[in-house]
Amino acid sequence: MGNIAIILRRELASYFASPLAYLYIMIFLALSGGLTFFLGGFLERGQADLQPFFQFHPWLYLFLIPAIGMRLWAEERKSGSIEFLMTLPVSTGQAVIGKFLAAWLFAGIALALTFPIWLTVNYLGQPDNGVILSAYLGSWLMAGGYLAISACVSALTRNQVIAFVVGAGLCFLFLMSGIELIQAAFRGWVGEALLETLADVSFLSNFHGIGQGVIDLRNVIYFLSMIGGCLVINTAIVELKKGA
Amino acid sequence: MDRLLQLDDVTKRFGPVTAVDGISFAVERGEVLGFLGPNGAGKTTTMRIVTGYLPASSGSVTVCGFDVLRQPIEVKRRVGYLPEGAPAYGDMSPAGLLGFVADLRGLKGPERKRRLEKVVEQLQLEAVLQRPIETLSKGFKRRVGLAQAILADPEVLILDEPTDGLDPNQKHEVRQLLDEMAGEKAIVISTHILEEVEAVCSRAIIVSQGRIVADDEPAALMARSRYHNAVELRVEQGKAETVGACLARLPGVASVEPGDAVNGQAALRALPREGGDILAEVRDAVAREGIQISELNVERGRLDEVFRQLTT
Repeated sequence: MGNIAIILRRELASYFASPLAYLYIMIFLALSGGLTFFLGGFLERGQADLQPFFQFHPWLYLFLIPAIGMRLWAEERKSGSIEFLMTLPVSTGQAVIGKFLAAWLFAGIALALTFPIWLTVNYLGQPDNGVILSAYLGSWLMAGGYLAISACVSALTRNQVIAFVVGAGLCFLFLMSGIELIQAAFRGWVGEALLETLADVSFLSNFHGIGQGVIDLRNVIYFLSMIGGCLVINTAIVELKKGA
Repeated sequence: MDRLLQLDDVTKRFGPVTAVDGISFAVERGEVLGFLGPNGAGKTTTMRIVTGYLPASSGSVTVCGFDVLRQPIEVKRRVGYLPEGAPAYGDMSPAGLLGFVADLRGLKGPERKRRLEKVVEQLQLEAVLQRPIETLSKGFKRRVGLAQAILADPEVLILDEPTDGLDPNQKHEVRQLLDEMAGEKAIVISTHILEEVEAVCSRAIIVSQGRIVADDEPAALMARSRYHNAVELRVEQGKAETVGACLARLPGVASVEPGDAVNGQAALRALPREGGDILAEVRDAVAREGIQISELNVERGRLDEVFRQLTT
């Protein structure tokens, strides 16, 4: 556990060592605010909830989370620092978890900094703050899912641009696997059971309830196992690729 | 003596390419092993296998009794490693990086503080401690890399070209540092600089195309040179030819090579047959013929020549 915390601290410090982190947070806040007010019609709806805010998160994360995840391993491999890290007394699994947690925490910080919207809705009306809190937690869980996928892809390449594009593409598949576009591509040559499973693993369907403040244990387990599974794959990829 | 590092028949293949081909050697406490070879001979790959970064295709590596594949963490605790080019996190400062390594290597409290202060002093890093590593000169980057390698006082040190990019003064300091540490550790350094091998190594291994082609003390390697025990002397330029002919007739002398001329004094080098000692013979001849000489040297041999012989 100690090693994971040490890696986490170093990673998190390196985010804030460059202006990139602040720029990222600013863009995140501007986009999420803009979408809520202009596309979501936050004020026009006249309802005291954050539904217009959270409904855009799956789409916002589609681009913003792979942007965090792309550098996790690609940069280590490109600069060669992976050789330095992997010859210190730390296991690959600890490094994978530590780096993931740092990035997830960073995403959490960006998400937490959207709190003015929560203040706004409380100023304007009497929202159910329990619903808002659970929606925040659900959103953060979903960010973890996106991030775990991006981290895996990042371990496959030393090129951050490729890591971003492929990561965003994979996230898109997971986001949309419930909708007709993706379902139609699989219908006919896979069984009905698999088709339903595919719909069940969609980020969109798993986030739908959470976004409205209904935390279903199944959705939580879904996102957590998504993260866990990706981290296991991530560890295997790092082990395999460092030799090549 | 303690055998701290042992390689048994280590082989590494990358697809169809065999980078390391059955390398075996052992390093004991107190030894400084020079690991030499042309670029692409498999030096860096071997070091990466020893430090647990790459798995060997076959064969085994043991560090302080721990197998590098089965107990990688135990091995990594005992090995300090300076990777080729000293890659590290460029956005960190040396202070941040050394602190990170100290934490991962389990240094705590006053011991942590003491070790950090010591390596900063040993490698003279005070001036750059808070600057991002990527903005430092090549020499400072190397020294930061060395500092993190020796930080936790590991029993085995693996240094891939430790003096690359350093100026002559810094090279001298690093060699002194290696000398100081040599007693309690097993140290392996790879280098292209052959004078370094003579200066710091107690033993040298030359690899070529993934195989060991020589494993001996530097002096013994130099003895394989055709210049080993050669006698160099300087005579007046006009007489060089006749003196050379006279020396060439001596029974112990294989041939005589002319050298450069300085201030009207020309150098002659008499090469011995089969590395024999010809100093007395040459001196007698000089006295007998009444030749005026301004200089007389015995050569120990040339490592670069042996290196070329073995690796081409």
